[in-house]
Amino acid sequence: MRKIWDIHGGIHPAENKHQSLLKPIENAGIPAQLILPLAQHIGAPASPIVNVGERVLKGQMIAEAKGFVSAPVHAPTSGTIAAIESRVIPHPSGMSANCIVIDTDGKDEWIDHHGVEDYSALSKLDLVDRIRQAGIAGMGGAGFPAAVKLSTRDDKPIETLILNGTECEPYITADDILMRERAAEIIAGAEILRHIIKPNKETLIGVEDNKPEGIAALKKAAEGTGIEIVVFPTKYPSGGEKQLIQILTGKEVPSGGLPSDVGIVCQNIGTATAIYRAIQFGEPLISRITTVTGEACGQAQNYEVLLGTPVQYLLDKSGFDKENCIRLIMGGPMMGYTLQDTAVPVVKTSNCILAPTVAELPPPPPAQACIRCGMCAEACPVSLLPQQMYWFSRAQEHEKLENHQLFDCIECGACSYVCPSNITLVQYYRASKAEIRQAQQDKIKAERSKERFEARTARLEQEEAEKEAKRAARMAAAKAKAAAAANAPEASKADIIQAALERSKAKKAEPADPAQAAIARAQAKRDGGAEEESPQEKTERLQKLLASAEKRLVAAKEKLALAQEQQSDNADAFATAVSKTEEKLSAIQKELSEHQASQAPAKTEPAGESTDPAQAAIARALAKRAGAGADESAEDKTTRLQNVVATTEKRLAAAQQKLALAQEQNDANVGAFATGVEKTQAKLDAVKKELADHQATLGENAAAEQATSDDPVQAAIERAKAAREAQANMSEADKIKQTLESLENRIAKSKEKLEAARAAGDDKAEILADSLAKLEDKLATAQQQLSQT
Amino acid sequence: MIELIAQNPFLASLLALVGLGLVFGALLGFAAVKFKTEGDPIADQIESLLPQTQCGQCGYPGCRPYAQAIADGDDINKCPPGGEATIAALADLLGVEAKPLDAAEEAVPSVAFIREAECIGCTKCIQACPVDAILGSAKHMHTVIASECTGCDLCVEPCPVDCIEMRPIETSLQTWHWEKPKPVEDLIASDRSGATA
Amino acid sequence: MGFLKVSSPHAHGPMSTARVMRLVLLATIPGLFSLTWFFGFGTLVNVLWASITALAFEALALKLRKRPIAFYLNDYSALVTAFLLGIALPPGSPFWLIMIGTGFAILICKQLYGGMGYNPFNPAMAAYVMLLISFPVQMTTWLAPQGSFAGDLLGPIDALRYCFGFGRESIDAITMATPLDVLKQNNSLLIEDLWQESAQLGHFAGIGWEWANIGFLLGGLYLLYRRVFTWHAPISMLASLTLLSVLFYDGGSSASGGSPLFHLLSGGTMLGAFFIVTDPVTSAVSNRGRLIYGALIGILVYIIRVWGNYPDAVAFSVLLMNFAAPFIDHYTQPRTYGHKLKDQQGGKS
Repeated sequence: MRKIWDIHGGIHPAENKHQSLLKPIENAGIPAQLILPLAQHIGAPASPIVNVGERVLKGQMIAEAKGFVSAPVHAPTSGTIAAIESRVIPHPSGMSANCIVIDTDGKDEWIDHHGVEDYSALSKLDLVDRIRQAGIAGMGGAGFPAAVKLSTRDDKPIETLILNGTECEPYITADDILMRERAAEIIAGAEILRHIIKPNKETLIGVEDNKPEGIAALKKAAEGTGIEIVVFPTKYPSGGEKQLIQILTGKEVPSGGLPSDVGIVCQNIGTATAIYRAIQFGEPLISRITTVTGEACGQAQNYEVLLGTPVQYLLDKSGFDKENCIRLIMGGPMMGYTLQDTAVPVVKTSNCILAPTVAELPPPPPAQACIRCGMCAEACPVSLLPQQMYWFSRAQEHEKLENHQLFDCIECGACSYVCPSNITLVQYYRASKAEIRQAQQDKIKAERSKERFEARTARLEQEEAEKEAKRAARMAAAKAKAAAAANAPEASKADIIQAALERSKAKKAEPADPAQAAIARAQAKRDGGAEEESPQEKTERLQKLLASAEKRLVAAKEKLALAQEQQSDNADAFATAVSKTEEKLSAIQKELSEHQASQAPAKTEPAGESTDPAQAAIARALAKRAGAGADESAEDKTTRLQNVVATTEKRLAAAQQKLALAQEQNDANVGAFATGVEKTQAKLDAVKKELADHQATLGENAAAEQATSDDPVQAAIERAKAAREAQANMSEADKIKQTLESLENRIAKSKEKLEAARAAGDDKAEILADSLAKLEDKLATAQQQLSQT
Repeated sequence: MIELIAQNPFLASLLALVGLGLVFGALLGFAAVKFKTEGDPIADQIESLLPQTQCGQCGYPGCRPYAQAIADGDDINKCPPGGEATIAALADLLGVEAKPLDAAEEAVPSVAFIREAECIGCTKCIQACPVDAILGSAKHMHTVIASECTGCDLCVEPCPVDCIEMRPIETSLQTWHWEKPKPVEDLIASDRSGATA
Repeated sequence: MGFLKVSSPHAHGPMSTARVMRLVLLATIPGLFSLTWFFGFGTLVNVLWASITALAFEALALKLRKRPIAFYLNDYSALVTAFLLGIALPPGSPFWLIMIGTGFAILICKQLYGGMGYNPFNPAMAAYVMLLISFPVQMTTWLAPQGSFAGDLLGPIDALRYCFGFGRESIDAITMATPLDVLKQNNSLLIEDLWQESAQLGHFAGIGWEWANIGFLLGGLYLLYRRVFTWHAPISMLASLTLLSVLFYDGGSSASGGSPLFHLLSGGTMLGAFFIVTDPVTSAVSNRGRLIYGALIGILVYIIRVWGNYPDAVAFSVLLMNFAAPFIDHYTQPRTYGHKLKDQQGGKS
């Protein structure tokens, strides 16, 4: 007789096994509909490979394994796929999951399948693959894919193969009846497993001593095979994998480890049978033996059930008395879980459906206080201190729980069973395990969130720093330039600026600006021979000169403003430059006005070879006006006047722009500009009036003739007028608005500068702050102005 | 000299005390320099207990600043996403009394959800997200990376078209677990004794 | 109607807290019987009055704490406390003494801490110690056992009368020092002479005392048989007490601490070993822890009895060890399946 070890603790609940052993296994038949959850095993759910409406045959794979720890699902009988949808599955939560629903056709038509003639000729890998393809998952309750357990590594030699026929839970007799009726299949399965695993020491089948008939049958079948049937005293929970290993070998599976770590592979005898059928006949796992028992069932019995059979179908077969049953349990009374819905299907792990009456398993009474009697610790098969864990669980002391090896708890329920205070200890442990796992996940997530947050912060900071660096670089460049300008002699400095201006102008002129071209030409001419120029040319030249001088002035002022903002040392130099440019400008203006005054009465020359259309038009108009005088035709006069209006309007617009610019920069010449604008306006008005008068006369004289040609002209005039008026109307407010905008821009800029200066500890910060304040004052004034207008 | 001290107990004790003071002061000073701790480890520890949602509901711009604030003496009960568990952990760490949460209720763990049909692609939520959990670019629909979302709801407010909502995280088969039983020994008299379901 | 949704296990064993308590009450019968036989009805009256007051205090406390009264009274825990205190008090104690005792035990030592299961100290022993310190005279006047004096034993009527304060003077006539007292007061006589001189010392541990202890031993063995508690704590306490008394027994000099048998069978030894030390709420939880817990109580009992100021020491020892129980628990966590003892302890905080 071999040595039997004992496990710590354990209990002896009423067995209640005889009720379901009175009758042999009965085939439960084919229900109208089968519901096959995609996750009937531990691991990743299988993924469907059939479509709704498709006809499937018995044994056909309808969902394939997804990943290593997974198992495929096969059609338990022939029929049509009715749906692939979420159905209530057997799970303590009572929640739903994806299922394949098959409407059976009753024909039970097999798909073409073959067994293996001689499995010993096949390699281990081949056999394991066949087992994997057959969708076999541990049938004792946990549902670990069998193929995964059998994929042992060569560097971990297996000493002992253990088949678990313990079935220590009360009520369940599925394994017992399997041993009684199909001992040969179990042994054949064990042989195949032995061939795959090649245990170098022994192959054992562990059975509790409360199954004498099953033991006898097994012993008979195992004769001459070298497989040893080990019988040991009945005690719950001997059937736990780790407990059985301890009982049979005295070894303990290390915490968090696997049986293979101590050279052991353990399989349920039901799994062994399924493996036998898969190898010998090529039949996948499509049915199992399920005990239907409990006093609320008229006839307790074991059924050979197709997977996916609704529990209701089995209960109906057994004369279920619903009135007397307040809880329906899938599994045994110690570790099974309650079902809320009888529509849930039997799955690969469903070894028992227990329908007890109220008297048989009364509802749990209210829990009393824990008196720390220690009965739970006495009963615990893994030597935990359940009462301590209970206190820690209530106090949420996760660390202490882990120190008390909460995660070694196998949730066998022995502690709750013996607790005199009826405390649902296992529920506390389950909840705490989940909480701890959740806390760990939260922790990981928090870590990741933190990393992401920090990465983001760093990124933003870097962006900011880059911007700042660019800004600093720009500023440095500007300073360098200014410094260079300041160090150079006066003349060359002006030249430098001029050159820069020319460059920028050239750039601007690239899209063939005729005005710029004209300026260039005019300048060229001026350079070439200023003396010989005609009055017309002179006017043009002067005008161009004026324009360029104005532009230069504007640029110079901008520079000056920048220099002032930056408290540049060159500010004075710039200021001088500005005032010089201004002088020059006014000189040119004077010259131009004089020239124009002298030329205006008698401008007779034609436009010459000017290619500028605008200038040409003006020239033409001028020529016409001058030459024709009163003699000119009515039509010519209209055209001329219109031309004059257009030109004047253009000039007015330019003048207004200048005025706005001047105002923006608080130019001292604002007054002059304003006068200019007024004058131009007056001139325009006068010309317009003349035009209108003329047109009115024309309209009277030759209304009919003119009607056709007049309209577009008139329309153009109207448009021009409207535009001018719009400009005139918005002028005041708009100007101030423009001013405001530019001021705001400048304030923003100087603020940034100020910040940068402060960050850099620059001693200019004070000065910058001052200038900022000044700018803000100006802004306020401008705003006031705006509100007044 | 020695005689003087011996005959003058007051002086003797004074000298002794001053001497002791000097010696220990020197020791302490030495220790302070020698075993100086870099940074502020307590703030780090506090931060490791905070849920890192970066939601700012505590009034600080993120978990790290709040951790620093707690280290500097702020209340420990200002973190709604952490709830009672975090308060308990903080109280445990700091050895102070746990306080009730300084908010109406604990924040339900949730994730942001963008109703994508309504999103106008303004990127405001992307800029608001403290953990870069929103994807999208200007004028293109945005979406939340649910697994990275901390549920801080900082993205809800900036959305100009109110297309972001916070959805509580639903229990799945994977996350479902038994709740702890209600401790029945805390029954109160109004409950019927002996019969609870 | 839907089905119940409950966590496994669905089956429950026959044991309940009320049943445990009832068994404990039942197990006190042999001891109570011998106490009554030798010292009269005083103890029974004690137990009766203590039970009434304890239940009343318990009900009061539950009412104040707004808890369902019937549900909690049904657990019999107040009765157990009352029985133990009633037995420990001198027979024929005055009603107020008992009432103060039960009040202290129930209100302060038990309900103030949160009721059954939450009390760090054994309520009966805490109350006993409180009374002993507060009312040393009343607490040390023990009746003379049958056979040691000429008069009649205390009858039920007399016992009630004395208890409620009528004619208490006459009770003084039949009081006598306990054997432990006698031994304690002895400074000159050899043990042998002492025995001859003191009538109440009986055969080896005092008339009545021997039998009362044997009665409690029987009750304890019954509880062990019913698996109400494990053998670890009581046996280790008795073992350590025996060991010490053997070590320090010098054969009977005047300075002797008494024979091992004397220590095992006098005073509250057996009551303590099987009814107090085994109190699950306040003792260590693991079996290894209980071995240590019991052994230390035994050692303390001997030390206080022989070298301390008080004649008996069970109550003091138990209270002292109640303090130490959580500490013992911390260091005696059993080795869990699949763990090495070292790893486990290393992993502890």
